Amino acid sequence: MKRKLLGLLGFATGVFVGSVLYRRSTERRRERVDVYFDDGSMVSFVDGSPEAETLLAAARDALGAVRR
Amino acid sequence: MDAAQALADLTEISSQIEAAVLFDGEGGVQGSTLADESAARALATAAGALLESATHFRTGGGEVRQLEVSTHEGSVFVVCDGERRIAAVTGSDPTAGLVFYDLKSCLRGAAAEPAKPRRRRRPAADSGEEKGDGEA
Repeated sequence: MKRKLLGLLGFATGVFVGSVLYRRSTERRRERVDVYFDDGSMVSFVDGSPEAETLLAAARDALGAVRR
Repeated sequence: MDAAQALADLTEISSQIEAAVLFDGEGGVQGSTLADESAARALATAAGALLESATHFRTGGGEVRQLEVSTHEGSVFVVCDGERRIAAVTGSDPTAGLVFYDLKSCLRGAAAEPAKPRRRRRPAADSGEEKGDGEA
């Protein structure tokens, strides 16, 4: 009984850790824009937002200019 | 330190940075790690466009100090210090804090006055003093 409970607990912990790692890795791969202002504030936009799309296009131009 | 020396130091200390360009508020290129001049201008123009677009994110004004645009192909960083700007391109998933730090150091280095050559002391013989071994 105790062994079964420990096995179940281990399985649940594994699923939890796996889901956290998966989420973190997919989040990191998202395209995003981080802008820092002189008063110390910061705004962040992820792909799909209209604000990010403008800057992502300009960034691709910059990357293309360097790597062509 | 001039722009070329600051950029040379930057590429030496930061392995993450593929290319960087120093430019002014009007898009004039002051230095670049790119051999191709047109590519340097294109990077400066795109970085200027990034800054211009980012300024509109704040309705209450406020100057953009730095920004990072992260794409699947790589990241673009831009740092401002008054009229001086620097833009850099890295591979994907860089260490943003380190890249920003290196870019700021490069901007400061490029702005710093070149070190003045130290004045050499005139040799004692020229000053008219005799250093003999006590003969009079």
